[in-house]
Amino acid sequence: MENIEQRVKKIVAEQLGVPETDVKIESSFVNDLGADSLDTVELVMALEEEFECEIPDEEAEKITTVQQAVDYVSANLSK
Amino acid sequence: MSLAGKVALVTGASRGIGQAIALELASQGATVIGTATSDSGAEAITAYLKEAGAAGAGLRLNVTEEGACEAIIAAIEKDYGPVAVLVNNAGITRDNLLMRMKDEEWDAIMATNLKPVYQLSKAVMRGMMKARWGRIINIASVVGATGNAGQTNYSAAKAALFGFTKSLAKEIGSRGVTVNAVAPGFIDTDMTKALPDEQKAKLVEAIALGRLGLPKDIADAVGFLASDRASYITGNTMHVNGGMFMN
Repeated sequence: MENIEQRVKKIVAEQLGVPETDVKIESSFVNDLGADSLDTVELVMALEEEFECEIPDEEAEKITTVQQAVDYVSANLSK
Repeated sequence: MSLAGKVALVTGASRGIGQAIALELASQGATVIGTATSDSGAEAITAYLKEAGAAGAGLRLNVTEEGACEAIIAAIEKDYGPVAVLVNNAGITRDNLLMRMKDEEWDAIMATNLKPVYQLSKAVMRGMMKARWGRIINIASVVGATGNAGQTNYSAAKAALFGFTKSLAKEIGSRGVTVNAVAPGFIDTDMTKALPDEQKAKLVEAIALGRLGLPKDIADAVGFLASDRASYITGNTMHVNGGMFMN
């Protein structure tokens, strides 16, 4: 099983249509990876599916970087 | 058939315009879920869909019930799959002169004709975004564009749909989802049967085509907007009124 960081990066790359090598742990979806607000909503949807969890809107709004996504998933994932 | 394998939801589908729309979408191969406020209405929808040889069913939905809009989308997704075509058709009138209008009459219109459009559209968004295909069609009214004495509440809610349609069309266009409105003119339904004959005759005089519209006239426009033939049309209001009002 890939670790959480790798899985998150893979989804970010797929969703935002950028090469996986461009997705760094510190990357901001909007500022570094060219995402718009709708992209970030879709990204959260994709994370929810990959990790089979539900991310509440107020939490989702705080996830703006790869690091924050990894942190959220790590903290809220049981498996 | 362009809607084969797709799920369409039509609110207020037990009679009139909603029924005609449900049957039109069924004729294009969609699985149609029609809603009505009563169980008997829902059963009637199930019956006419069955008679037409269409897949789908009638469901009870009171759009003003807390959480009902979200719950019905979840139930449809579970039983039939994600909603690909949403037709916001359910609507009521509570006509009165503004000076005589009660808060209840104003609020009932907003709660039935406007808020559920927001709630249902929001609830189907995820499925449409994922599918990269979706159709939201809001049934407005000519009076949203022209105004009508005695209908400040109804026309305000219908005009609001035009703005909602345009904003959401801009928001979601990049994902292959189109959002349009159809604004019926004077259509021969139970809603317009309530008008006095004298007023009706006067209204018909103002219609270039010289007749009332039929529910099918509206359903044909909705059927077109729902199809792939209309994939480059979004944020638009199609006026279907026999020339009663020309935009």
